[in-house]
Amino acid sequence: MSQEKLEFLARSKEFWNPGKTQDWQDMGVDLVIDRREGYYLFDMDGRRLIDLHLNGGTYNLGHRHPELVEVLKAGAEHFDMGNHHFPALARTALAEALAACAPAPDMKYTAYGSGGGEAIDIALKTARHAAQKRKIVSIVKAYHGHTGLAVKTGDERFSKLFLSEDRDGEFIQVPFNDLDAMEDALKARDVAAVIMETIPATYGFPMPQEGYLPAVKALCERYDALYIADEVQTGLMRCGEMWACMKYGVEPDIMVTGKGISGGMYPIACCLISERCGGWLHKDGFGHISTMGGAELGCIVAMKTLEIVQRPEVRTMVRYISDYLRSGLEAIMAEYSDFFIGIRQHGVVMGLEFNHEQGAKPVMKHLYENGVWAIFSTLDPRVLQFKPGVLLTEADAEEVLRRVEIGIGLARDEVMGDWRRMI
Amino acid sequence: MEPVIRTLVDISGSHAALQGKADMMLERARWASTVFQRYDRAATMAIVEAVAACADEYAGHFADWAVRETGFGVAAHKKIKNELTARPIVDFYRDDDFVNPRIDEARKIVEIPRPAGVIFALTPSTNPIATLNYKALLALMTRNAIVFSPHPAVRECSVDAAGKLMEAARSAGAPEAVIQILDEPSIPIIEAFMGSEKTNVILATGGTAMVRAAYSSSNPAVGVGPGNAPVFVDSSADITKSAKRIVDSKSFDNSILCTNESVLITLPDVERQLKQALKSAGAHVCDADETERIRRFLFHDRGFNVEAIGRDAVWIAQECGIRVPNGVRILVTPITQIGVEERLSREKLCPVLALHVAKSRDQAMAQARAVLRLTGAGHSAAIHTMDERVAMQFATTVEAYRVVVNAPCSQGAAGFATNLAPTFTIGTGFFGRSSVGENIGPQHLIHWTRLAYNSDPAEIFGDYAGLAPGLDGPLPEAPSDGVPGAPRSDRPASQPGSAISGLDSATRKELRRLIAEELRDILRN
Repeated sequence: MSQEKLEFLARSKEFWNPGKTQDWQDMGVDLVIDRREGYYLFDMDGRRLIDLHLNGGTYNLGHRHPELVEVLKAGAEHFDMGNHHFPALARTALAEALAACAPAPDMKYTAYGSGGGEAIDIALKTARHAAQKRKIVSIVKAYHGHTGLAVKTGDERFSKLFLSEDRDGEFIQVPFNDLDAMEDALKARDVAAVIMETIPATYGFPMPQEGYLPAVKALCERYDALYIADEVQTGLMRCGEMWACMKYGVEPDIMVTGKGISGGMYPIACCLISERCGGWLHKDGFGHISTMGGAELGCIVAMKTLEIVQRPEVRTMVRYISDYLRSGLEAIMAEYSDFFIGIRQHGVVMGLEFNHEQGAKPVMKHLYENGVWAIFSTLDPRVLQFKPGVLLTEADAEEVLRRVEIGIGLARDEVMGDWRRMI
Repeated sequence: MEPVIRTLVDISGSHAALQGKADMMLERARWASTVFQRYDRAATMAIVEAVAACADEYAGHFADWAVRETGFGVAAHKKIKNELTARPIVDFYRDDDFVNPRIDEARKIVEIPRPAGVIFALTPSTNPIATLNYKALLALMTRNAIVFSPHPAVRECSVDAAGKLMEAARSAGAPEAVIQILDEPSIPIIEAFMGSEKTNVILATGGTAMVRAAYSSSNPAVGVGPGNAPVFVDSSADITKSAKRIVDSKSFDNSILCTNESVLITLPDVERQLKQALKSAGAHVCDADETERIRRFLFHDRGFNVEAIGRDAVWIAQECGIRVPNGVRILVTPITQIGVEERLSREKLCPVLALHVAKSRDQAMAQARAVLRLTGAGHSAAIHTMDERVAMQFATTVEAYRVVVNAPCSQGAAGFATNLAPTFTIGTGFFGRSSVGENIGPQHLIHWTRLAYNSDPAEIFGDYAGLAPGLDGPLPEAPSDGVPGAPRSDRPASQPGSAISGLDSATRKELRRLIAEELRDILRN
């Protein structure tokens, strides 16, 4: 490590976040991202990494996608964040663009946050207003963000620390893929909404069993609860359709998109609201206010992001990337079958499962040392989040597989012991 | 109110947007070609046959459409061209194997085909669908992906035709997007395609500017220059047959094949007979005044009058105020000079044929060279003669890489009335500032890795028969877990709390210890 980086890390601990800075060093990841381009990250010491984390899909189109850079620059010639009090050209234009590709026909309004957590809070508040009920059901190990309401829907790992966990019984969690538990939670008809990540990301992408999500939606309808789809990590063509819930045949009442919609260039998150849930927008449009939510420059970037991901080329590429990586990963799984035991996959949303309760951590470390950046699942560290972008090139996909084969082999030796070397 | 998509900040003309569009299509093509290279010969040929059948089926449909869209050419002739570039192309190369390795026991060399990958192909307004068919089939035979940029004047029919070919290919099992077409071609975006490092080779057929741009792009290019074929009718020729062939060729699709005869050169002793024979075959031989009218009509200061491209002889005569019978097929304009001072000695993509009478054979040869020096170097020439020494002298004199003998040049140079390779891209070679001097075929879209053994006879050559690794066919579709009707993984991933992960670490440690002990025992024994 360069002297320059050592000094920088000291400053990071001093002025920014000592715990987080140190944790990464302890995990063997001394990354300080400097230059970034396409799906490449360059450490401040110059080392290149292929980004398969994408900051949760934020960089779905790659880092600093040239068209997004261009539209942001051009947009800055005319727009700034805008004034949240007034009708705004860019906010309305993005809302229309979202309505045109929404997963349900009556989903026409968009309320904006400056980040995903805020947009989730808007979704939960909207549902409570529409249903005139307070309870929210989410999934055990779900992750919807860190803001006031969002954090209560998630694992206590993030709420207890700040004494922010639910103490009023308003936030109920049920296991994923468990319809009986879901029905038990809903049948008193006192639940405002169920919030679902279409595929729970931070939990390592366990896949919904066939029929699970439509059945949850049907239960919501039966027991007068609303269905909120959190498409932050699964939307924007990552599962081969604009929104993953469309693939599972679910028409949500409210939907949240964040991260990738910003193109990683200007913060913005969106809460799409169906007509029947949009009551507060009629009754008191000033009910939710966000100075930076829906910043107009963010809207300009988001519109370009939406346009790019809806090009026919992207749809084809997602299929090619999914098929190609799957095929290569299966070969690697066959090679290290005692360690690399499963692939969860829908499009380019993938989780690699290892036969050790912390197995994804050494894999992450060895991939990092071999030029690939992919992160373990915080809430299930047996699983490595494997999230290539929708524009991954064939050459980079081949590079990824080559490096992953090496990295997993080294991690396996570390975890399971190197039998072959002994022989 | 229905939602409307508004572009508040329009960057569509920016470099980023143009390069972005080009690179996205090219990268999609790269994926397609990567998968295509897993196909074996049978699967490849099944796709080729299906696309050829589709091209054949729609030959008439797109001939009509192209004439409608451009306003020029002869639909019946375009139909023939569209048909010729369908099944006959495949038949011509049917015995060539561009998929399996070639084994040369004697030289102890194995040659392994390596497709170019991504081809960027330009198609002209003159032969839009024929060129599209032909380039698509060449690409498919060699397991390449191809991205077309059609001439803007034939955009609509080209986009539709490429879509039909892609659909036929896909139905026959081809990877998705192995054929793509740029739906809104423009000079800046074509430059973005040509300059992209994602393009492996440019197949440029079109105007000189476009071909030079291809060669300047920094990418490998097969670009071909314009034609201006001289045709020499020697005293030894069968004059009647020669005249008929020339008129047939010159009137074919109103002369918009770049291989059409441009300047007819003959000798005084057969001049009268030839003129008579041309008239009998349907030509109108102009007088000096008529020739001047045509000269003024066809050539402006800026160059050739594009209005005249592919128009029929009667229309041109009418535009020039020349009275001709309705059945006239070509207009013959006698000229006394050849070179910069005589515009009619330039390329004319319409049924106007310049006629020059040379004093001697030697002079005729020099004049033919001069025609090609003006424009059309490396392209085509034709000769009608019964004397092989004259043919040989002509062929070694003119700077053309194909000299058609006793055949219509339009079709003959393109391989349709001769045994040359059938083509819609005529390699103009070094004479014509191109990289290839023969008719472009699939062999130009592939290179070969040569596995070469030690020439020492003591070193034995391996048995390579039947070895062709990597031909595993299409990639299996990745599962979309939990989606109704989606393919499933052979080995489903375990869900949280599964048995495999249920082993506690103490048990696992114990297991590992036992296995290690066992291994040590094995090693010790």
